[in-house]
Amino acid sequence: MIEFRSVTKQFPDGTVAVKEFDLVIPPRKTTVLVGSSGCGKTTLLRMINRMIDPTSGHILIDGEDTAALAPVKLRRRIGYVMQNSGLLPHRKVIDNVATVPVLNGVPKKEARAHALELLDTVGLDRSLADKYPRQLSGGQQQRVGVARGLAADPNILLMDEPFGAVDPIVRAELQQETIRLQQGLGKTVVFVTHDIDEAFLLGHQVVILQKGGHIAQVGTPAEILANPADDFVASFVGADKGKRVLRIEKVGGRDVVVDENGTPTGVLQP
Amino acid sequence: MNLILDGIAWILDPANQTGPGGWFARLGEQLAYTFGAVAIAAIIAIPLGYLVGHTGRGRDVAVSLSGGFRALPSLGVLILLGLGLGIGFRAPLITFVILAIPPILAGAYAGFEAVDRKTIDAARAVGMTEGQIVRQVEVPLGLPLLIGGIRSGVLQVVATATLAAYVSGGALGAFIFEGVATRNYSETLGASILVTLLALILEGVFALIQKLVVPRGVVAREIKEVRTVSSRPRAAVGSPIQEGK
Repeated sequence: MIEFRSVTKQFPDGTVAVKEFDLVIPPRKTTVLVGSSGCGKTTLLRMINRMIDPTSGHILIDGEDTAALAPVKLRRRIGYVMQNSGLLPHRKVIDNVATVPVLNGVPKKEARAHALELLDTVGLDRSLADKYPRQLSGGQQQRVGVARGLAADPNILLMDEPFGAVDPIVRAELQQETIRLQQGLGKTVVFVTHDIDEAFLLGHQVVILQKGGHIAQVGTPAEILANPADDFVASFVGADKGKRVLRIEKVGGRDVVVDENGTPTGVLQP
Repeated sequence: MNLILDGIAWILDPANQTGPGGWFARLGEQLAYTFGAVAIAAIIAIPLGYLVGHTGRGRDVAVSLSGGFRALPSLGVLILLGLGLGIGFRAPLITFVILAIPPILAGAYAGFEAVDRKTIDAARAVGMTEGQIVRQVEVPLGLPLLIGGIRSGVLQVVATATLAAYVSGGALGAFIFEGVATRNYSETLGASILVTLLALILEGVFALIQKLVVPRGVVAREIKEVRTVSSRPRAAVGSPIQEGK
């Protein structure tokens, strides 16, 4: 469990990225922080592994204040996946995946053997192990990034807009893969995105943020869709324009569900 | 043309080759100046450049320092130091160290600066210490530019080392000055040809080293998307039908 307790972050230039932020992130679930740029979502994510330290307030992981933990040690037990993968260009795929275990003192041979298994886990062919990141496609690099994030078997996986730079088809694949991995491995995933559809797809808990890390609404996707807290949320999730509104039409005695354009999307089971 | 032939004849004449005043020994001195000065300059400039490159602090100082050092006329520095230190190898050596510092310093910090900030950020985020970031990320990725700096330092010093003879410091310049003084132009020209050849050979060697130190993953050719078996279902049909075969 990760807890934010009245966390404020003011950057040296005076920008207040996050103000008096409180949130509980439940364990073994996916929590998605979603909002437009400048809402402080990445700042919040990076405060969890102390890439950024809060100006005031506390962040607790399983009841332990992260301020009391050494940043390097903390980061090694938290997986981190970033946009554009952030792989080391001069190291082979296998060594990129094995980075954190090797830093933790696991013998290289053992770390590599484990890294090969992780390639299977994230759906990459083992033949890619000896390639360099640049020889891989964007989607493949992103999978390697996920494998690296999982290598030290962390309880927590932080994902900072990991699929922002890949094409829509590959993104859809990677999203499904993320759901599968989260369910299979039971990690606490904190995911940052600006895409509300991605947030609803992946999140057990979705946190909609406004400027300055102000929480507009927290809830399950269904709760948010059913009861948008205010106009901002309604417009952010597209409810105001009828984008999320489905209607039922009777066709030949059956209930056909149609979207706002009248396009059928499915049939209701009796 | 005759002059050049005379110069080559001077080089080939065994009488000019061996012994303490022969060009074998002088060439050795030229190389000793070059690598001695570059080695000392590297010991000073590389840690400094790495510090500037890693922290991003003191960059302006480093830039203006190396710029200022570059503007110093070597002959002037040599004479000034020679007046203080007397004749011999010390004044030239210090002059050449000063000459070699700016390119090496620039190569060291430019190498670090050229590393993608995102790569460094990711290295830090997965739990590398600052020391590990320097050793495992910045040094290997910055090496080609550092070697480039050393290469340019070597070339400047190897050419300028001829000035050492001005304060009786030996090296190939001894023949050039002697030849001018005694109007033995084949000697002057022979020594000049040797300096030129030496510079060209060193240039070639360093160009090769610079190529070799580029990390393999960085030169690796980008390939078109090759999907792995598991990432997407296979096509329902086998190999495409090839018509006209």
